[in-house]
Amino acid sequence: MTLNHYLVLSGLLFIIGAVGVVIRRNALIIFMSIELMLNSVNLLFVAFSKYLNNLSGQVFVFFVMTVAAAEVVVGLAIIVLIFRNKSTVNVDEINLMKW
Amino acid sequence: MLEMVMFYVFATAAVISAVMVVTKKNPVASVFALIITFMSIAGLYAALSAHFLAIIQILVYAGAIMVLFLFVVMLLDLRKDEFFFSTQKSIKILGIAIVCVLLAEIYTISQNIHIPSASGAFAEAYSGPGGNTAAIGRLLFTTYLLPFELTSVLLMVAIIGAVLLSRRR
Repeated sequence: MTLNHYLVLSGLLFIIGAVGVVIRRNALIIFMSIELMLNSVNLLFVAFSKYLNNLSGQVFVFFVMTVAAAEVVVGLAIIVLIFRNKSTVNVDEINLMKW
Repeated sequence: MLEMVMFYVFATAAVISAVMVVTKKNPVASVFALIITFMSIAGLYAALSAHFLAIIQILVYAGAIMVLFLFVVMLLDLRKDEFFFSTQKSIKILGIAIVCVLLAEIYTISQNIHIPSASGAFAEAYSGPGGNTAAIGRLLFTTYLLPFELTSVLLMVAIIGAVLLSRRR
């Protein structure tokens, strides 16, 4: 397995996540797509860590996971709050902060 | 040979389930597809001899985070019309444009990048029996001690934020 295999796989996963953020209108699915993008980058970190013979990449994945966990906790709390106030999670209808 | 088989099996599973995350109309199905993606990525970590991260991926992502997602999906009473894709035409064009640009980018990068492959040192030091948990732990508590302590502050802030947000006023 060369590094390029992992590069292409990680890129594909990132594309799928990015497209999910753009085309889906359900805030939860958008959130899951963001998680997908974070994971594709994590995969690339680990692949580079192996092929550059350096363990720091895996430590960075650990940090990314921590930040992702914190992000999920706060983000889901915000989504639940929005649903409580507007009884929808469709991002097209949540335009309170648009000017 | 084994690594090649593992790579192709898990890569195929990851890509197919990732597509299902985006295309499924039912959010619960999306959550389960995402769990399969995370499991496949954990398998890829194992193939890359990142034992610690493979276990953490399953415990934290496929376990804790996705259960949280599933919990919220089932908590919210979602109407059927919210499961669908965007109806605006400009969004669809934007999606196709993103796919084209990023695919071209991947192609260019994968053609031009040349990283010298790993020497034997990695395999001996970090992927022997017992895994690389001790090596990562040593790195966390020496070189990356400050960021490691800061993540605990971050988690604390996240806990306080979640409690404050979900409290009914």
